[in-house]
Amino acid sequence: MSASAVPAARLGRLVLAAPYLWLLLFFLAPFAMVLRIALSDADTALPPYAPHFEGIATLWSFLGKLDFENFRLLADDSLYGQTYLYSLRIAALTTLIALAIGYPLAYAIAAAPRRWRPVLLVLVVLPFWTSFLIRVYAWIGILRPEGLLDMVLGSLGLTSEPLRLLNTEAAVLIGMVYSYLPFMVLPLYATLEKLDRSLLEAAADLGAAPATAFLTVTLPLSRPGLFAGAALVFIPSVGEFVIPDLLGGPDTMMIGNLLWTTFSSRDWPLASAVAIILLVALVLPLAWLQRARLARGGGV
Amino acid sequence: MTARDWLKGIVSGAVLGLALLAANSAGAQNKELRIYNWSDYVDPEVLDAFKTETGITVVYDTFDQMETVETKLLAGKTGYDLIVVTASFLPRHIPLGLYAPIDAAKVPNLKNAWPEIQGRLAKYDPGNRYAVNYMWGTTGIGYNVAKIRERLGPDVVIDSWKILFDPDQIKKLSNCGVHVLDAVEEMFPAALRYLGLNPDSKVEADLNRAGDLLRKIRPHIQKFHSSEYINALANGDICLAVGYSGDVLQAKKRAEEARNKVEIAYAIPKEGALMWFDSFVIPKDAGNPEAALKFIDFVNRPAMAAKNSDFIQYANGNLASQPLLSVAVRDNPGIYPPEAVMGRLYTITPYDQKSQRLVNRLWTRVKTGK
Repeated sequence: MSASAVPAARLGRLVLAAPYLWLLLFFLAPFAMVLRIALSDADTALPPYAPHFEGIATLWSFLGKLDFENFRLLADDSLYGQTYLYSLRIAALTTLIALAIGYPLAYAIAAAPRRWRPVLLVLVVLPFWTSFLIRVYAWIGILRPEGLLDMVLGSLGLTSEPLRLLNTEAAVLIGMVYSYLPFMVLPLYATLEKLDRSLLEAAADLGAAPATAFLTVTLPLSRPGLFAGAALVFIPSVGEFVIPDLLGGPDTMMIGNLLWTTFSSRDWPLASAVAIILLVALVLPLAWLQRARLARGGGV
Repeated sequence: MTARDWLKGIVSGAVLGLALLAANSAGAQNKELRIYNWSDYVDPEVLDAFKTETGITVVYDTFDQMETVETKLLAGKTGYDLIVVTASFLPRHIPLGLYAPIDAAKVPNLKNAWPEIQGRLAKYDPGNRYAVNYMWGTTGIGYNVAKIRERLGPDVVIDSWKILFDPDQIKKLSNCGVHVLDAVEEMFPAALRYLGLNPDSKVEADLNRAGDLLRKIRPHIQKFHSSEYINALANGDICLAVGYSGDVLQAKKRAEEARNKVEIAYAIPKEGALMWFDSFVIPKDAGNPEAALKFIDFVNRPAMAAKNSDFIQYANGNLASQPLLSVAVRDNPGIYPPEAVMGRLYTITPYDQKSQRLVNRLWTRVKTGK
């Protein structure tokens, strides 16, 4: 082994360690802190909880009398389970609708003449240049009774009385799909753009109808973009808080809103428990999915 | 250009933005006063006058839920020099040492304070040591006069919590839009009072009964929110809202200014309504307490207090300002209620940890209908 190879190897190891260090600092450490609060009692104090253990010294005595009271409360109260399921449902619907709109959109951009593509992509990303909050507020103006949408539909003679869209689940879905659509389009575009067009010509030469070619060639090859887009839309959707708060009504309480309600009423321990369950509910299925895909040896 | 280049561009743009933001806040100096107050709760001209006279820049942030403020306060440093908090939260906050005492010698205009309000406020802040009243008001019913008449007949009188808590009545307003405040400490006392119970009750059985009552009327409520009703009332989008006196009256004023033919009225129910006090406090870790005291003194000049009240349609705690108020504000029973109504207004004390968890769960269940 030469003298210069040693530092190089060390450097290599250091570079490899960086992502783990990142994970430790910005994911595991905060997670441990939240877990600690989740296992504490709510209290009128600064900050508003009474910890059951302080550091390693008391950890062992704490382990002896583990306090899962907050988690038990979550399990006993059907409200939390229902709200989790509702959030998953809204996120799934958002993902499906975003996929239904985003796939043709990405396909069209990828199929457009090369010089047009940057312009079309800018158009997809352009809304990001305005504040997210302002865009969601704008939807209040569009969806409210006698708002923009009502005026347009009414003047076209399509509706005879005001649509009551604002403060409903439909309004939340419109807001969510609108806000997250670019996250679906961009990864799909990235895969569709790289797609080898000659494969489609080959399929056509061999007698495949365009629909068959799409289903057997394009769709399977765009799977990585599809998974990435779906994950990028689904994961933030589950925890979304602002959109259901502004566009939704009392029926559309998602876990993010419940989390905030709990947190803002000084019940940090219960709120932390809600957050941990949400994380587990999201990470486990994703980890399982990733493992299943690795086991099949496909995908990215 | 590829998608990745574009993404790169966006990311570097965001980084640049963050850098600018950081530089900006680093430049904050002593000539700056950071105020955290309820939304729509000051006459902007008063802020401008303060800036012109003292040369102190005012950074003015707003909230629409006391819980937002409390979360920041309990988490530690808020970054604000002056906060307006609702008095019922004070008994919980003062023992935690969140606030610095008010140095009365530096606020000469405290001599203008209204003893009646100071007396009521002392229930929450013994000796008026930490809090100086800014505004006070009631939580009652705001409604769209024309729409209510259309649904309930031309000679309907809104003067009771019945319109909200009687399922037969609220049912008739169901498709016309009803908003209520998303605040436990406003809605439970009202429900308790309607049931003939002590509005300040912390007894589990009482709270459960109030929760049941609220759950019954819930299908007819379109939204639980603590600030959106101002615009919704003013635009004529909704029929009825349980809201803060001055907010409803602001909606009325906005509708008049917009000339959109929407007429809004405010009623203090005859069963009684919650009376609350919003007061200035200075956080213990305030960076510029001197400027905060200067500001408290400034808005307690009779002319400034009157100007604020005229603009935001709330009664202030400054007796000397009353002759300077516009007649429309001073003689409005929704803002300065007559003696007899004052007697029916009730106040509440904070929930302890156990009853807080109970009402939170009850309230969340009411809201979700689950």
